[in-house]
This record gives sequence, structure tokens and C-alpha cells, in this order.
Amino acid sequence: MHIMEGFLPSPWWQIWFIISAPFVIMGFYALRKLVRENREALPLLAVAGAFVFVLSSLKLPSVTGSCSHPTGTGLGAVLFGPFIASVLALIVLVYQALFLAHGGISTLGANLFSMGVAGPVVAYAIFIAGKKFGINEYVTIFFAAALANIVTYVVTSLQLALAFPAEAGGFMASFIAFGAIFAITQIPLAIIEGLVIALVFKYIIQLKPEILIRIGVITADRAAKLREGWA
Amino acid sequence: MKHGLEIIVAVVLIAFAAIFLIQNAAIQANLAEGDEPWGGADGAAANYIEEMGYEPWANPLWEPPSGEIESLLFALQAAIGAFVIGYVFGTWRGSKRTSS
Repeated sequence: MHIMEGFLPSPWWQIWFIISAPFVIMGFYALRKLVRENREALPLLAVAGAFVFVLSSLKLPSVTGSCSHPTGTGLGAVLFGPFIASVLALIVLVYQALFLAHGGISTLGANLFSMGVAGPVVAYAIFIAGKKFGINEYVTIFFAAALANIVTYVVTSLQLALAFPAEAGGFMASFIAFGAIFAITQIPLAIIEGLVIALVFKYIIQLKPEILIRIGVITADRAAKLREGWA
Repeated sequence: MKHGLEIIVAVVLIAFAAIFLIQNAAIQANLAEGDEPWGGADGAAANYIEEMGYEPWANPLWEPPSGEIESLLFALQAAIGAFVIGYVFGTWRGSKRTSS
């Protein structure tokens, strides 16, 4: 999902900076609120951030014969909402842009939008919808994290297709070409990411359900049921 | 089932590894001289764009001088994350044990 340094022409890189900026600003406000009101949730925040660090450092081989990475943003989005997940993604993207030449400073806005905004927003929406309809939390978290991953790469394909429409076929032809590079590679990785994050959620439920209840991720009633087993 | 989720994760990971091995054998068998399989999708997209005749207008400020150093920095990134996760989960587990 990293669009490399200099690979987005003007005006696209500026546009994506402008679109992403409000999410990061909202994220810093949300973080300040969290730090003031829920200090005991900070270790959980550290875990969510650390997850993005670990998962986005793993480049996994996929069925298409190329390698790509999970994003890890689904966990942060489900636990703390999409704005805080944007900030977590920003930290990782800056690290990778500065030290690894993965992504870049000029493309930071675009990469942040795909990984730190679009993915987390989808994950959060799925989790909220699942809660509303009373679907098992492990199932919703699996889909939230897996789709956050896929959506990230679909958005990257979209961003590149907008900036580089094909001469023959225009935007759609280009979108399909970039989608073939990114999105298909991503499907098996998304499944693994969804499962791993569901597993981590299980351990959080077992060790510190009170934090999840306090920040409103699940009700006390559901936490007690999930601790006993699947339901 | 107490460990149902763990079992599912383990089965999927094994299946993923098996698919990789089979796929890799097929790719290695048809590999042209000098081709490198299992490159990054990010690089593949960049190549595709460069084939369209686009020249990137900026270069990374700093690039890892070799593949080894790049993998060092990736490993460092993973290690920082793994340390934090282990520390927090360990603290929670420890405090739960002493309080109960």
C-alpha cells in the first residue's frame, strides 16, 4: 500500500494531505481526551499501536508471487475508533518513510488516507454494525480487521488509478491493473490478519475485560459471556 | 472448546505456508534467468507506473544502503512492537495473578 516517494504527481499528493489532515487532528483531540479521562486504557492503546508496528513490518508472500504486508490498524480502530487509529498509522508510516524508504514524505497524505483513514473507518463501521445486530464479537472483529486490510489496498489502487489513468481505457483500466497488483495479493493476508487480531482480542478479554467495558467496546454482560467461551 | 480460535489460527497458518511452498516450487521451475520472484507489491506498482513513462519527482531522503540493513530496520520495528505487547500483556497477567 505504500505509494513510493515522488510517485504521486501534483495536485494528487496535496489533495490527499488535505483530506487526511482532519482525521489526524481529530485523532490528536481524541487521544488527549483518552489520556485525561481513561488513564488505565493507555496500556491498551500501546498494544494497539504496537500491533500496527509488528504487523506492518511483516512482508508476507502471497498467492500472486509477490509480497505485501498486513496493516494491523483494525485493532486500534475497533478499540479506540478510527481517529486514534489514524494517529497510530501515522507513526508507523513516518518511521517507514524515513528509515526504510517505504512510502515517502510527499506521499504520506495518500498513504495515511488508505491505511490510517479508509481502513480504520471501515473496520469501525463493521464493528458498530455487528454490535447493533448482536453478532458474535470474534466474527465482527475478524471481518473488521480483514476488510480494513483489503480496503487499504483497494484505496491505494484507486489513488494510483486517479493519478495515472491508462491511455486506453482511462481510470477503470488503470484501477483494474493496480487492483490486480495489490488487492488480490492481499486477500490471504487479510484472512490471516483478521484471525490474528481476533485472537489478540480474546486475550484482552481474558486478561483485562474491565478496560474494554470502560471504554465502551463491549458491555459487562457480553464480556462475562465471552470469557466463558465462544458465545 | 477452550482453544478453538488458536486451533483455527494454527490450521490457517499451516495452510498458508503449504500454499506458499507449492506456489514457490511452481514459480522456481519456470523462472527465467535473472528474474527475482516474491518481490514487493509496492515495487511492482512502481514499476508499472514507470513503464507508463512517469518519472518520480522526488526521491527518498535516505535509503537503507543494503538489503541487510533494510531487514535490520524492519526487524527493529517488529521488535519494538513485540516488546510493548509482551510487556503490557505480562503486566496484566502478573497483576491478575497477585490480585486473585
